[in-house]
Amino acid sequence: MSILADKNTRLIVQGITGREGEFHSRQMLEYGTNLVGGVTPGRGGQKAVDGRVPVFNTVKEAVKETGANATVIYVPAAFAPDAVREAADAGIPLIVCITEGVPALDMVATYEFVKLKGSRLIGPNCPGLLTPGEAKLGIIPGSIAKPGPVGVVSKSGTLTYEAVDALTRIGLGQTSIVGIGGDPIIGTNFIDVLAMFQADPATEAIVLIGEIGGNAEQDAAAFIKENVTKPVVSFIAGQSAPPGKRMGHAGAIIGAGGEGTAQEKIAALEAVGAKVAKLPTDIAKLVAESLGK
Amino acid sequence: MKLHEYQARDIVARYGIPVTGGGVAATAEEVQKVAEQIGGPVAVKAQVHVGGRGKAGGIKLANTPAEAFDAGKAILGMDIKGLTVEKVLVAEAITFEKEIYLGVILDRATKRVVLIASSEGGVEIEEVAKTNPDAIIKLAADPLLGLQPYQAQELAYSIGLTDAKQARQFASIATGLYRAFVENDAELAEINPLVVLPNGQLQALDSKIVLDDSGLFRHTEVAGMRDIAGEPESEIKARENGLTFIKLDGNIGCMVNGAGLAMATMDVVNLFGGEPANFLDIGGGANAQKVAAALDIILDDPNVKVVMVNIFGGITRCDEVAKGIVEAQKIIKRQVPMVVRLVGTNEEEGQRILADASLTPASTLADAAQKAVDIAKQ
Repeated sequence: MSILADKNTRLIVQGITGREGEFHSRQMLEYGTNLVGGVTPGRGGQKAVDGRVPVFNTVKEAVKETGANATVIYVPAAFAPDAVREAADAGIPLIVCITEGVPALDMVATYEFVKLKGSRLIGPNCPGLLTPGEAKLGIIPGSIAKPGPVGVVSKSGTLTYEAVDALTRIGLGQTSIVGIGGDPIIGTNFIDVLAMFQADPATEAIVLIGEIGGNAEQDAAAFIKENVTKPVVSFIAGQSAPPGKRMGHAGAIIGAGGEGTAQEKIAALEAVGAKVAKLPTDIAKLVAESLGK
Repeated sequence: MKLHEYQARDIVARYGIPVTGGGVAATAEEVQKVAEQIGGPVAVKAQVHVGGRGKAGGIKLANTPAEAFDAGKAILGMDIKGLTVEKVLVAEAITFEKEIYLGVILDRATKRVVLIASSEGGVEIEEVAKTNPDAIIKLAADPLLGLQPYQAQELAYSIGLTDAKQARQFASIATGLYRAFVENDAELAEINPLVVLPNGQLQALDSKIVLDDSGLFRHTEVAGMRDIAGEPESEIKARENGLTFIKLDGNIGCMVNGAGLAMATMDVVNLFGGEPANFLDIGGGANAQKVAAALDIILDDPNVKVVMVNIFGGITRCDEVAKGIVEAQKIIKRQVPMVVRLVGTNEEEGQRILADASLTPASTLADAAQKAVDIAKQ
């Protein structure tokens, strides 16, 4: 079992003929993802990725011809919000936006529009998701993951790879790995994914990787208290970050009033029984302990 | 990107918000000149990107142009929390009866643009939130329609403006500030205080705008307002090279791919008793040239005694990073010990390239941090 995507997911890629889009489409195909098409306006009728993937001019056309039910977006920041809206309007239920640097205000109306259309957006500014052995929607390296009982949800990219790699090395595979992104306004929050992992019978433990800024981790802690019975292991990045500085991710900033620190997030998570690792590589050890392995 | 008060004032004025007259000055002579033009008492206000300038002596009142000259002389060049005052705003000093707070923010939790108003203006809104949270009114603009006129009216009455004319003016100011926020891709727009003059009219006395860096590409005119004074040279150089760099006070230089991992690397260095000299994210898919530029920026800091490289290759290829390190070692001004941890995509190739370079390899993040801290303490 898994959440959000599996081997039956019919995926298209928006921006498939771009440098990033084509590179990662090839990786997704090699992983065995059911990649059925791509979209680049003006390139309809061509084939991308060494002639293996049909290209369409619009998402509606791609959906009609391929029956796609998920999309990954690699288009530049200035055009990404429109690409998300196009996918939602075409009725695609799962939209993953990898693009970094999308103006935050654009996501306000975009999020609302996606919600009204009944779709789910993951990202922007995220590594996407991976269901080991079944489907890769984004840029998470497939080689570090393997199927197993741990659900992983994270705001970060490479820090997630670090945690997943450590899990795999001690023999703990993953149900699904979801990168929700580090921007201030994102389509899917920790609590949305926590609810999915809690409902997924194959997931036995959950890893939550957060960082400074906002209070999504505190919201997650409140949600865990009421709704999550599976063990949760966490890591919060930015314990040594100075206030008022944006640490790479648009959302990773401690406010002028000292809000959004790692310390307050760690305290909130520990208060509801989550184990918080000091080192990112300790996450795997704590998960093993929680599962009695 | 933070704007100065005078820049924010000029922007909000364009949206029909009444602001205090006056001009910017960089010398005491200019301060006097502006004061003469105003022809009455003035406030001389330091323009620096730091809070608490009033308490630090960065705001002075002057009754005459001569006094304004003295105030300018005192404030210009002064140091406020590590920043030198290069410019002052010379503004008409006005008397008022009441101070109101009005702000617009992007609320992450509700994913909406939220207006915040309070009858308790003139102090930091975070302070009011602690002492009298009921005095803060929040209102979310409709995400698809934007702020509606009835919403702006609701906000006016909710903070106790009962006079119809005053409420109308407040609603118009709130609408103007909302538009300034949205049309400039801001992440914060604030008027504090918004004062009630003796004649009942409202006027913005101090404005603040912070822009979303991701939106700057479509606002070339405001992007040009960036004030690099007070920004460390290394951060400016990093931005020009497409790197995210933040200078810190320690002596262990850090080069990492990915923001989350870069933060975690700093945390682990701290955990092992070391002090990071910087935050540096080389980004996804960095090539050799970018890596060399990153190393160059790290070594510009004379405090750096050791450089720790932590790469978990996904899109970023370890061989490219290794090439960058070798390239950089040929051209850098000074040699410092390097601890390198390279794992992930093309790891073996990366290790091979680095085999001849004189550096300390590390297998895990903890191992790398321990080795770097040991070298830094020697």
